[in-house]
Amino acid sequence: MSLEVESRTPVLGEDGLPIEELVVNVGPSHPSTHGVGRFIVHLDGDVIVRCDPVIGYLHRGIEKMAENRTYLQIVPLTDRLDYVGSMYANWAYCRTVERLAGIRVPERAEYLRVIVCELQRIASHMMGIGAAAADTGAFSMFLYTFDVRERIIELFESLCGSRLTYNYVRPGGVSFDAPEGWFEGVSAFTENVDAQLAELDSLFFGNVITRGRLKGVAVLSAEDAVAWGASGPVARGSGVNWDLRKHDPYSIYPRMEFDVVVGDNGDAYDRDRCRLFECYESAKIIDQCIAQMPGGSFKAEGLPRLIAPPAGDAYDHIESARGSLGVYLVSDGSPRPYRMKVRSPAFCNLALTSRLAVGHTLPDLVVVLGSLDPVFGEIDR
Amino acid sequence: MAHHLSRLSTDLGARISERFDAVVIEIPAENLLRAAYELREIGFDRLGMVTAVDLGEDFEMVYRVTSRSLSSNAFVKCRIGRVDPTVSSLCEVWPAANWQEREVWDLFGIDFAGHPDMRRILLPEEWPGWPLRKDYDDPNVIRRPDYI
Amino acid sequence: MALVDRIGAALGRTPGGLILTSVDALVDWSRGQSLWAFPMGTACCAMELIAASFSKFDFDRLGTFPRPDPRHTDVMILAGTITEKMKPAVRRLYDQMPDPKWVVAMGNCTVSGGIFYYDTYSVVRGADTFLPVDVYIAGCPPRPESLQDAIVQLRELVKEESIAPGRRSERQVALPRPPAEGGDPE
Repeated sequence: MSLEVESRTPVLGEDGLPIEELVVNVGPSHPSTHGVGRFIVHLDGDVIVRCDPVIGYLHRGIEKMAENRTYLQIVPLTDRLDYVGSMYANWAYCRTVERLAGIRVPERAEYLRVIVCELQRIASHMMGIGAAAADTGAFSMFLYTFDVRERIIELFESLCGSRLTYNYVRPGGVSFDAPEGWFEGVSAFTENVDAQLAELDSLFFGNVITRGRLKGVAVLSAEDAVAWGASGPVARGSGVNWDLRKHDPYSIYPRMEFDVVVGDNGDAYDRDRCRLFECYESAKIIDQCIAQMPGGSFKAEGLPRLIAPPAGDAYDHIESARGSLGVYLVSDGSPRPYRMKVRSPAFCNLALTSRLAVGHTLPDLVVVLGSLDPVFGEIDR
Repeated sequence: MAHHLSRLSTDLGARISERFDAVVIEIPAENLLRAAYELREIGFDRLGMVTAVDLGEDFEMVYRVTSRSLSSNAFVKCRIGRVDPTVSSLCEVWPAANWQEREVWDLFGIDFAGHPDMRRILLPEEWPGWPLRKDYDDPNVIRRPDYI
Repeated sequence: MALVDRIGAALGRTPGGLILTSVDALVDWSRGQSLWAFPMGTACCAMELIAASFSKFDFDRLGTFPRPDPRHTDVMILAGTITEKMKPAVRRLYDQMPDPKWVVAMGNCTVSGGIFYYDTYSVVRGADTFLPVDVYIAGCPPRPESLQDAIVQLRELVKEESIAPGRRSERQVALPRPPAEGGDPE
C-alpha cells in the first residue's frame, strides 16, 4: 500500500530555503475517522493540496458470502453493513427480496417497519451529529446525543431483544409483533424528543465556535452533488431537493405528511443541521404511524421455509440516514442468490472527500468527514 | 419515455424493455459511452450504481441511472467477454462512476478504458486474484457446509 | 525503565529472593483500578464500546478511560472484525503500547471470526492468531455490561503481574502462553 511521493527538484521559497509538501497519514486508527478510514494528505504549509482516501480496512466480503447463504440467512449479514442503522439496512434488503419473489407484506408489518426505520433514523443521526461534534472538540454534545440514542435502543431492546444488530425486518414482514405497552413507550419518547432536539440545536449549532468551525467549510454545489452521486443529507444540504420518501415513494410513505429538509449553502454546517432537522420530521412520521396503526398479522401468509424466487434480477432502495441505500439481487431460481450488490450511499458520499478537503486545513478535514457521516461497515462491506 | 429513448434503439442498437418500474436498456459494449452521453442529454443526470455479474461465459455490466426531471429510472446492461474484459469508463459522463468502477476492477478484474485512477480500492494492492468471480480459488476460504 | 521496574529488578537480584507480595499487591491494585484503554474499534462492537464509556454504562467509575493514543494505555480493546488489510496496523499499535499491557478481544469477530467465519476471503479468524489475548468476550455485539465485567475480570489477571522480572504465578506456570514479542503481522 505504498504511495509514491514524487521527488522533484526543490522549490525555493522567499528566504531561499526549500519548500516541499508534507505528507501526513491520518488513520486507519484515528479517533476522528469514524471507523477505519485512512487519508493520505499532502499539505503545503497548513493547507491541504491533495487528499487521498484509502478504504477497505473493513472489507469482509459480505457480497461473496451472500452467494452461499439462503435469503433469510443474509438478513443478519445486512445488519452488519450499516451497523449504526441496522433496521433500515435489513429493510432495503427485504424489499428487494420481496420484489424479486413477489411477496406481499401485510399492512401492520409495513407500519411497524416505518416506525422502526424512523426511530433508527433518529438514532443514526444522533450518532452522526454527536461524532461530528466530538471531532470538533464539543465532547459534551456526543454525550447528550447518546442519551437520546440510548432511549431509542431501549425501545428496540424491548421490541426484538437486541441492542445493535436487530435482525428484525425479515422478508415477508417483521420477526416479532410489538409487545404490550411498546407504542405507549414510543409515544412518550416522541413527546419529549422535540424539546431534547431543540436543546441539542442550541447547545451545538448555536455555539459561536461551532459556527466558526463549520460554516463555509467544504462547500458542495448542487451540480457537483448530483454529478458525484451524493444522496441523503449530503446532497440535501446543498439544496438538492430529493428525498426518496417523497419523490420516489415506497411502502406507506405516501400516506404520511412530512417536509423534506433542504439546506442553502452546502457547507458542513448545513449538512449537519439538516440531519438534526430530519429528526423532527421523523418524530412526526412516527406519531402519524402510531395513530394509523392497523391490526392484522405481522408476517406474510404462506411464506415458504426456503424462499426461492424465479430467475431474474431486481433492485430496490430506501432512504436511509445516509442517502439512498439500494440492494441489487440476481437470482437463478435456487434458494441462494446468484449475486448480491449493495449500493452504499456512504461509499458514494465519501468519494467527495478528495474534492471537499482541498484548500482547507487539516483540522477542517475532520469537520468534512463529520459532515459526510461515513460508516465503514457500509463503505467497505 | 419510449420516444425519448428511440434514438438509442435506432442508432446504437439498444434493446429496450420494462422491468418492475424501470426501463431496461441492453446495449452492445462498444456503444456504451455514446449511449451514456445520450442518456445524460435526455435528462438522466444521476448515476446510482455500477456493478458487474459473472454469468459464466461472460460478464454483464449493470448501470442504474436516475432522472429527477423525468422521475424515472433506467438500467443499462451490456455484456463483455470473459477473456481480458474491458469496457469504456463513464467517468467523464458521470463523475460518480469513479469509485464504483474502481470497486468493479477490484472485485472482478474488469478494466475500464479511460479511467483516471485505476487501482484497487477495497482489497490491499498486492492481493492476487479477483474475489467475486465465480472461479476465484482461495485456500484461505472455509466454505460453509450445506445444511438447509 | 520506570523507577518501579528498577526497584523490582534490584530486589529480584537479591540472594534468595525477597518476598514482594505486599509491594506487588499495592502496585497491581493501583494498576487494576486505573486501566486506561485503547479503543481499537473497527466495526459494530465499537458502538457498544462507545456506549459502555458513556453516561448510561459509565466506564469511568471503573477507572477505565478511552485514550486514542497507544502509548498512554494499558489495555487494548479490540472491538470489531479484523481484516487482512487491518492486521498490520493492529499489530503495530499493539507493539507501540508500553509494558505491561493486556488485550481484550471483544465480540465474536475477534474471538473466532464470528459470523464471518465461513466463505470470506479477507477476515482474520480470531485476534489470537497474531496477538496474545487475555480476555475474550463473546457476543455479537456483547452488551456494555459484558465489557465492564471483562475489565473487572482483567483485574484478576493484573494481580498476577509482579514488579520483579521473571517472577511467574502458579497460573502462568500451569497455562504457559506464547511470548508477546515476535508476533507475525505480515
